[in-house]
Amino acid sequence: MKKNLRLIAAILLVGSIAFWAAAGANRGWTKTRVPKKVVDEVTGLEGIQWQDKFVPGVDFLGAAFLGAGFLAGVSFFVTAKSKQP
Amino acid sequence: MKTKLTILASIALAGAALAAPQTFDFKDPKGINNAGFKLDAPLEAINGNASDISGTVTFDPENPGATKGKIIVATASLMLPNPMQKQHMLSDKWLDAVKFPEITFESKEFKNVKTAGDTTTADATGTFTLKGVSKEITVPVKLTYLKDKLGERVPNQKGDLLVIRASFTIKRSDFNIMPGQFEDKVSDTIELTLSIAGASPK
Repeated sequence: MKKNLRLIAAILLVGSIAFWAAAGANRGWTKTRVPKKVVDEVTGLEGIQWQDKFVPGVDFLGAAFLGAGFLAGVSFFVTAKSKQP
Repeated sequence: MKTKLTILASIALAGAALAAPQTFDFKDPKGINNAGFKLDAPLEAINGNASDISGTVTFDPENPGATKGKIIVATASLMLPNPMQKQHMLSDKWLDAVKFPEITFESKEFKNVKTAGDTTTADATGTFTLKGVSKEITVPVKLTYLKDKLGERVPNQKGDLLVIRASFTIKRSDFNIMPGQFEDKVSDTIELTLSIAGASPK
């Protein structure tokens, strides 16, 4: 149980960092939509179109760190099952 | 003699019609028109825009200095990449989008008007209304008159286009938006940009 909790914590930590890095290592807040610039050829104006896209930010990393820390912390209070003779 | 007078009168009427101010409607069917806003914040700047823009501007190509009009931005159309930030921004504590559904600028006077070709720059003085607070401000604007270009933008329509660009700053404390609060987290200064095109069908 102890080992399992620590393993899950490690997977959560490493997995979140990998996901955050793969999604662009955004050092701002998490975004659920991103702006895309669109140029109107006649007027030369630049418009913005919003696209739904999840971009994890530092708050996502923070939540993952907290979760992993909680699981790792709990593992210290879990007593190992005593083996039956 | 009578024929000559009729011709002269017709020419005069045609001239007057050509020189008459045109009304441009800024409801954009292509959804390009946008009003951007930016506030500095410690982690990253808060960058967003609004796309639901309407209003009319009266513009005379022969006398750009006489331009007048009103641009309206629907408060609820303000968009941010972070949903929680957007929810806070539109809430009653910040913009109160339900109680104050519109942000407006009504131009009353153009000063320092300079025209070169189809482009006019000027300082537009008018009333800016945000969260129910109205203040007179002066905004540097750039107008580009695109004669007979409406058809290239909207098929099967003849007419002219008027492009307006403006960049200016306001202070949120001047408009009763959390005055003196959270200035370490969200700057008091708001940078605004307006990039809009209006149509005057013929």
